Amino acid sequence: METVWFWLLAWMLGTYVVLDGFDFGVGILHLFVAKSEAERKQVIRSIGPVWDGNEVWLVAAGGTMFFAFPKLFAVGFSGFYLALMIILWLLIFRAFGIELRHQLEDPIWTQFWDVAFAAASLLLAVCLGAALGNLVRGVPLKEDGTFFEPLWTDFRVGQQTGILDWYTVLVALTAVLALAHHGALWLNARTDEAVAERANRLAGRLWLLVVMFSIITTLATVVVQPNVTESLSARPWGVVFVGVAVAGLIGAYVFRRRGRELQAFLASAGYLYGMVALAAIGIYPYVLPGRDPALGLTAQAAAAAETGLVMAMYWWIPGMLLACGYFVYLYWTMPAKFSIHDTAEH
Amino acid sequence: MEALTLHRFHFAFTITYHYIFAQLTMGLALLIFVLKTMALRGDPVANQAVRFWAKILGVTFVMGVVTGIPMEFQFGTNWSRFSEAAGGVIGQTLAMEGVFAFFLESSFLYLLLYGERRLGQRGHWVVALLVFIGTWLSGFFIVCTNAWMQHPVGYEIAPDGTITLASLSALFTNPWAIPQYLHTMVGSVITGSFMMAAIGAFYVLRGEHVATARRFMSLAVVVGLIASVLAAMPTGDIQAGLIYKHQPVTFAAMEGHFHTEDGAGLVLIGQPNVPEMRLDNPIVLPRVLSFLTHQRWDATIVGLSDYDRHLWPDNIELLYYSYHVMAGLGTFFIGIMMLSAFYLWRRTLHERRWLLWILMLALPFPFIANTAGWMTAELGRQPWLIYGLMRTADGHSTQVSAGNVLFTLLGFMGLYVMLSALYFFLMTRIIAQGPESDSTGHQFEISAVPTQ
Repeated sequence: METVWFWLLAWMLGTYVVLDGFDFGVGILHLFVAKSEAERKQVIRSIGPVWDGNEVWLVAAGGTMFFAFPKLFAVGFSGFYLALMIILWLLIFRAFGIELRHQLEDPIWTQFWDVAFAAASLLLAVCLGAALGNLVRGVPLKEDGTFFEPLWTDFRVGQQTGILDWYTVLVALTAVLALAHHGALWLNARTDEAVAERANRLAGRLWLLVVMFSIITTLATVVVQPNVTESLSARPWGVVFVGVAVAGLIGAYVFRRRGRELQAFLASAGYLYGMVALAAIGIYPYVLPGRDPALGLTAQAAAAAETGLVMAMYWWIPGMLLACGYFVYLYWTMPAKFSIHDTAEH
Repeated sequence: MEALTLHRFHFAFTITYHYIFAQLTMGLALLIFVLKTMALRGDPVANQAVRFWAKILGVTFVMGVVTGIPMEFQFGTNWSRFSEAAGGVIGQTLAMEGVFAFFLESSFLYLLLYGERRLGQRGHWVVALLVFIGTWLSGFFIVCTNAWMQHPVGYEIAPDGTITLASLSALFTNPWAIPQYLHTMVGSVITGSFMMAAIGAFYVLRGEHVATARRFMSLAVVVGLIASVLAAMPTGDIQAGLIYKHQPVTFAAMEGHFHTEDGAGLVLIGQPNVPEMRLDNPIVLPRVLSFLTHQRWDATIVGLSDYDRHLWPDNIELLYYSYHVMAGLGTFFIGIMMLSAFYLWRRTLHERRWLLWILMLALPFPFIANTAGWMTAELGRQPWLIYGLMRTADGHSTQVSAGNVLFTLLGFMGLYVMLSALYFFLMTRIIAQGPESDSTGHQFEISAVPTQ
């Protein structure tokens, strides 16, 4: 049963990365793709109806981790204490950047929130990338099953790691590039005129960097975390996700060049899903690998009792079907393009 | 300060601040739904009121979201031993809040704020209903979680000491949960009503937007009166009975009842003097506590001194004051709303300037009463984190040092001061613009966007 929940949790986190990822990407690129006030509004409008719902995937995934893997939730969240608090503060700034900017027509006010939105989006992409890096690399778990990571130590991947070291910084950079690319494709698909053109150009440049960094990070991962190769050879079907990720990257490029904007965005989503799935396979059967492999926390050891896990299925499945229904409705009824000409001032 | 105290204060501070916005959101969501229903029956003033209050709800909701996300995280970051032991139970209700409530609210709040034209009146009414359901479901799952910590049911203890879920439905049919939920919700409706009445009174006193403002007041006074009465009877009364039955030590400490007595009196005012085990300067209604608890004037109420000291709540003074502040303010709410309702019925409420002043200045008090109520529940549960099962001192994250907790606590305090300033600034702007203004918040209006 815990294997099922492991994959459901990975799916929720992957969906979170795909959905909130594009509005992070939009935030990272905000100051570069939108030059005038009208363009800034156009960019924020394109994520206005959905960003909050996208973020709920993080909350829902956190809750699912809480009841399905209480030990992972407890050990992981307290061990990453400082990084998580910083993430919380950044989430506050980002939400305010989106929601408060339009409350007041004043250049100082709007410029402040524009920069807050962009900076918080960038730093959040760094933090979440670093978090993923930490999960894959493993954390300095002690005999008593807990750990506490400082923000950084010596940037080497040794026994006493910090949240930032050369490997997690590399993953963080890859995450920033991948989400910026993802966001550029969203803007390319969902806006028009100057913003869409700039986003299209940026997506082209970012794509090359994403390919390079994906390759470097993958090679680094194999070196840093030997469990990845073992786990993949034990589960050869996992290679499918390598295919998904590679096809997604190629698709993102080809579709964009052919002007099929929506398909390009969806291909990028496929790439992100593929990468998250590979990370999940890479650490399995652990949910929190230790720097000392013998001390790693496995899915089985972290999981709640079987009865509770079975009971949760009865509400989780209908609940998530409902949630997916809201999302389909919301995205379906959103305008296909947020036009620069619609300033919608009343 | 030691780490445990700081962890407690960290959670207490962030949740108290969060609940300021959560209670207003839940209260207003109901009132907006009522107003929208009136609008649907062809009442144009009501629709204007819906748009105005939706603006206030929108900003309040954002505050609730950004201060709410830290709450879920803090179970893991600051209370890891508790989360590890009880996550299999309370993780379920918290996850349900995300899945059933947050997805609903976040998807439809935007449409409530900006989708009126595109959805049409009926569609907008449905959206108002969905937002109302979403916010109230959110409260339900949180109260179920808290009720389980107050009165654990439906669990088993595994050989390794973790607490596992034995029955999901037991969490929802917990005898503690429904009264606590109703009491909490009624409290949030009081907050929403007093907010609406205060702003209505403000406009009438200034002679601005009088027609709309009188509508605010009439709805707020009717709903506020019903809610204020329900807060005392039956929901508050049942709640007190549950505490007496299941947490008798808490009950004695709340009431400042130090020694066992037949025909115990109800303390109206007085300062608990714990070292001397007595109340200083008390004003007491003789025998009333016995009557309220047992419906018999001479019934015995066991005092604190008859309980083992390690079972006592660890801050009896604060618990006592919180409870009395809540109950005192609750009585004040009933009085003020009855008076307002009387003049509303006589159709002269808008002429009673002294009463309008009171309604306007009463704005902060429901927030204080709700906060004091939650402090009563949470301080009363001490020294237990899960009543009778796990002590608070055994729940916090030991690997997070006191210094780190102090750092993030100060960080949250600083950040929240900034949020308060922003919220206050935006509120005063919306109020200054008035309900007839249609200028803010419509930048995201979808209706004007060609959908083809």
